[in-house]
Amino acid sequence: MKKILDERSLQLNRRAFLSKTATGIGVAALSSILGYSFFRKNESGLLVEEKGGLKGVLDALHHPAKAKRVIYLFQSGGPSQLDLFDYKPLLNERRGEDLPESVRNGQRLTGMTSGQDVFPLAGSLFDFKQYGQSGAWVSSLLPYTSQIVDELCIIKSMYTEAINHDPAITFFQTGSQQPGRPSIGSWLSYGLGSENENLPAFSVLLSRGTGRPNGQPLYSRLWGNGFLHSLHQGVQFRAAQDPVLYLNDPEGMTRAQRRNMLDKLAELNTRQFGDYGDPEIQSRIAQYEMAYRMQTSVPEVMNIENEPDYIYQMYGPDAMRPGTFAANCILARRLAERGVRFIQLYHMGWDQHDNLPEAIQKQAKDVDQASAALVMDLKQRGMLEDTLIIWGGEFGRTNYSQGTLTDTNYGRDHHPRCFTIWMAGGGVKPGLVYGETDDFGYNIVDKPMHVHDLQATLLHLLGIDHERLTYKYQGRRFRLTDVEGDVVKDVLA
Amino acid sequence: MKAKQLAMGLFLLSAIATILVWTPSCTPSPEDGLTGAPTATARAIPDKIDFNFHVKPILSDRCFKCHGPDEKSREGGLALHDKEMAFAALGDNLDRHAIIPGDLEHSTLIQRIFATDDNDRMPPPESNLALDDYEKAILKKWVEQGAEWKSHWAFIPPVKPDIPRVKNKGWAANEIDYFILAKLEAHNLAPSEREAKEKLIRRVTFGLTGLPPTLAEIDGFVNDPAPDAFEKAVDRLLASQAYAERMALEWMDLARYADTHGYQDDFERIMWPWRDWVIHAYDENMPYDQFVKWQLAGDLLPNPSLEQIIATAFNRNHKITAEGGVIDEEYRTEYVADRAQTFATAFLGLTMECARCHDHKYDPIKQKDYYALFGFFNTIPEKGLVEEINRSAAVVPEPSITITNQQIESIARFINNRDSLPEIGLMVMREMDHPRKTYILNRGQYDQPTEEVQPAPPPSILPMKPEWSQDRLGLAEWLFDEGNPLTARVVVNRLWQQLFGNGIVATSFDFGNQGALPTHPELLDFLAIKFREEGWDTKALLKYMVLSSTYQQSAKVSEELLERDPENRWLARAPRLRLKAEMIRDQALKASGLLNEEVGGPSVKPYQPAGIWEETTGGGGGSTAKYIQDTGTELYRRSMYTFWKRTVPPPSMMAFDAPSRDLCTVKRQETNTPLQALVLLNDPQVVEASRMLAHRAIDNAGGEVRERIAYMFRLATSRTPGEEELALLAQYFEEERLRFSGQPESAAQYLRVGEYTLQTETEDAELAAYALVANAILNLDEAITRG
Repeated sequence: MKKILDERSLQLNRRAFLSKTATGIGVAALSSILGYSFFRKNESGLLVEEKGGLKGVLDALHHPAKAKRVIYLFQSGGPSQLDLFDYKPLLNERRGEDLPESVRNGQRLTGMTSGQDVFPLAGSLFDFKQYGQSGAWVSSLLPYTSQIVDELCIIKSMYTEAINHDPAITFFQTGSQQPGRPSIGSWLSYGLGSENENLPAFSVLLSRGTGRPNGQPLYSRLWGNGFLHSLHQGVQFRAAQDPVLYLNDPEGMTRAQRRNMLDKLAELNTRQFGDYGDPEIQSRIAQYEMAYRMQTSVPEVMNIENEPDYIYQMYGPDAMRPGTFAANCILARRLAERGVRFIQLYHMGWDQHDNLPEAIQKQAKDVDQASAALVMDLKQRGMLEDTLIIWGGEFGRTNYSQGTLTDTNYGRDHHPRCFTIWMAGGGVKPGLVYGETDDFGYNIVDKPMHVHDLQATLLHLLGIDHERLTYKYQGRRFRLTDVEGDVVKDVLA
Repeated sequence: MKAKQLAMGLFLLSAIATILVWTPSCTPSPEDGLTGAPTATARAIPDKIDFNFHVKPILSDRCFKCHGPDEKSREGGLALHDKEMAFAALGDNLDRHAIIPGDLEHSTLIQRIFATDDNDRMPPPESNLALDDYEKAILKKWVEQGAEWKSHWAFIPPVKPDIPRVKNKGWAANEIDYFILAKLEAHNLAPSEREAKEKLIRRVTFGLTGLPPTLAEIDGFVNDPAPDAFEKAVDRLLASQAYAERMALEWMDLARYADTHGYQDDFERIMWPWRDWVIHAYDENMPYDQFVKWQLAGDLLPNPSLEQIIATAFNRNHKITAEGGVIDEEYRTEYVADRAQTFATAFLGLTMECARCHDHKYDPIKQKDYYALFGFFNTIPEKGLVEEINRSAAVVPEPSITITNQQIESIARFINNRDSLPEIGLMVMREMDHPRKTYILNRGQYDQPTEEVQPAPPPSILPMKPEWSQDRLGLAEWLFDEGNPLTARVVVNRLWQQLFGNGIVATSFDFGNQGALPTHPELLDFLAIKFREEGWDTKALLKYMVLSSTYQQSAKVSEELLERDPENRWLARAPRLRLKAEMIRDQALKASGLLNEEVGGPSVKPYQPAGIWEETTGGGGGSTAKYIQDTGTELYRRSMYTFWKRTVPPPSMMAFDAPSRDLCTVKRQETNTPLQALVLLNDPQVVEASRMLAHRAIDNAGGEVRERIAYMFRLATSRTPGEEELALLAQYFEEERLRFSGQPESAAQYLRVGEYTLQTETEDAELAAYALVANAILNLDEAITRG
């Protein structure tokens, strides 16, 4: 009861404040008075206050966090681990030989290669060398990444359950192969809230690779809030006239006019609140103010013209072109600097079923320099220690060729049993190569890491016990890791 | 005796009220309120503990996971979902009991929940399901008072309740009001006064048609002193095409309607002829049992008509993949699961899908029951992987029919074949010649069949009768049998939700143990039985609901009401609801005069931010790779006709909580976000509508600024603005006109948004200033609310 009374008196004070000031000085400061209390009706229709904006649903972290934010460089399509990180000379030695059944061991195949009579082993055409103190193997496709391996925690033993893009990406981003659950960024926004009240806690940036420009698609539900409050949905930042959908005022309208309209709106809405007493009206006033601030803060963060030359040199020539992966990496850093909790990049085009040697060179070139630059840029700003970067796709690729294997050409089908990702910063152990696959690069022989394990570890680094960040929906407590997932302690710094 | 029962009833009610009123509304806990399970501390323990209201929500939420219906995860041999099992002897020597009525000391349940040692305490700390002091006290007192057990309310068929006695009989317009008033009086609450007529006509017009009333309709109602003025308005609304469209939109959510297949390249599909049939069925006021039977089993009726077969497309609205390389059986299994889930959510209010991998954790549904239901939907000749004709089109997945134009012109005239297609391919239901067998799938995996099962609905709800066929038609008979405890309750609850925002059971998708309890169980049963006995007449039931005094109350939230019933469970006032996504856009179109009221036909592509399909496509998908916006009057169709691409749904609709249409949805979220503000301020659709609303006011509302503003205000809120509101908006107009006068080019630019070319003699500065005022009005909280 006391709580209701407190709430009520707070509302009365707010109302008194509004009626005094709304006409005179404008309501720019209104939100800071109202705070960020987002009301919504939950699925039972009860009015619940969601602590959004500044604070998430967790009153306290479950344990001290190592990372405050995440930049996820998602390599959509499934990069070939065998041509980038997982060096398997045996495949070159036994090139063209059929994959032994003892190795395949019942693995289900996609419909694209299940009809093949033979599965000719295909060693990589690219040179591998060991780099850094850690001695990690990296191929010649990643000359920049190879220079920073001592900053990276390379996981060669990732595995997943899905064998096709849609279910596999959905699984990585939401913990479930079928659509409908909240994505990682939404869970973090819900759990931890935002550190910047002028920007969404969960931002999304897309780019299209040159390796296979018309490959597999993306789906906006990958950054959807599922059953969580829609405040937690990922907001796409675009290299378009409207950097966020509907952000720009219509042509012919000035900022002063927008301000004037919002002041009038606030005054009329406040009057309505006086008549109807519905707290939802106050929340609406606050949302309009947030929208107004986003109209300033989003273009400000998107404007990278003033980045110094050395930054452009660091991220590479693509960084000059808006909408590229490199330009998005600079934006990711800028969003991170402003406290955005979860920054999700998607780079499409890693789906090299055929013509892999040529396509993957372009595709790797799209991302290599900028990915490495992002790590070092954050490091030089002192932000790497509390920013977790993840680089990787939804599954790996087969050790045998899809289609005909020739001296200069091969393709690779999807492979769920093992693939490589890397992480950096944010409390992961630098200079570590974790997990091992067999000599065929087909099965994991040491330290397997499931998608749910990665998700559990990610949440752990942010101070969250993945079993305790739950949301009850349709009678069941849902969590990102469904009913599985273990924190992989070995990779923690 | 009777009086004593009544007194006892009231006593019980007040006991329940004590709980509910003390429940804080604004706790940040995500757990709160979803089940009605009490969570906060410092609440009064009721004098008399009720099993269904107080005890079972705790047992279900905290204990069933390990001591519930799922045998495989049951611990220590104890099950608390079943009376016999809960009271049974435990342990190797059968010398212990979890619950001994009245005996706290020997009831191990009580001992364990109060245990201080982490190893002994239940629920175990690692389960994250700890009980708070309040919950422990409830369980303790329940055992102390004799541990009275009751069956789950929703699984017992409704019985016609007595109409309760009330003091303020004069207030009641029909039986609904007696049920509502009885609870209000028990809580010492009084109903609110009748809503102002102009607000009331807005509420009921949105409630029944999804559109705002016209000014003539407002005036007609406000100026009609006849006692049956409201009833006449209701009859008019129910007879309108807009009513049928409004109902169809609800059904499209439930049926997960979309215009694309929903996975990967997301090819276009043609399902809109089914949507046109739904509109037609609502327009005809088809009885609900027939409406559902046709959709479930129209193809199995004797000599089915084309219309009956088209209805079965309901079960083909699920997503279908065309992603090269997927394993056919894996996805075919998903489609069958989707149909089973849709059936359970839509018609039974059950979360059957929870039993796909194991016995249900909370409700009496075995994994076997799930696959028995699954079996009804598992015998159609379909594929899991749809063929692409090429990267630009997919074939119509089988089974399907071809509807000829000749049929459309004769026996299927409800199909609006506006593109004059010679024929239309439509996915429908059909049985295989040699039905596939159904097996329990271990962990729900398509490639792990175990025991064979025969099609059957869950026996714990109602066993099949021998005279019913073991197919979808028999399932439909089972569904509408008088003994089915759920069907009628679930649908009347949804109709109530449509009008009141919340159902009598707030979780309209879950009537099981984890669902919310009904706030007015007797009313729910009364309405369910009435609906069934009167022939499942949807229009009649909606009319009956809106003619109640309960529906016609004011929506004002007095400070007293906000304190005493913040969630408005007892309905001492009308709810204040935000308009649905489609209603918000439709209102802007209607108010501006732009709305194109054509019914049905292929979905349309209105304004959408450039590039959002293109930037996610992989080049496949054909007609869905690139958004080719429509032009002319197609831009102004009702929003239910907007083309629904599942993987990139219309962002202006999604901003206002439209569901993604991936799965059956019977209740939408209602949120409040900054992205919503951006849509209403900047979406060309709204900016254009603002200009046209301004133009309309200038043309129709006399020459005075205030007259014009009042006209726009009424069109958007259905209310005449007060003097102060008018003064403020008039001042706003003058400020902006002055500003635009100095910047004529800016005014002209603002007026160019959207495609509609306006012939007008009004000066740009004036029209643009009015357009800003119109936009501000369309952004008012009140304009996107039905009070």
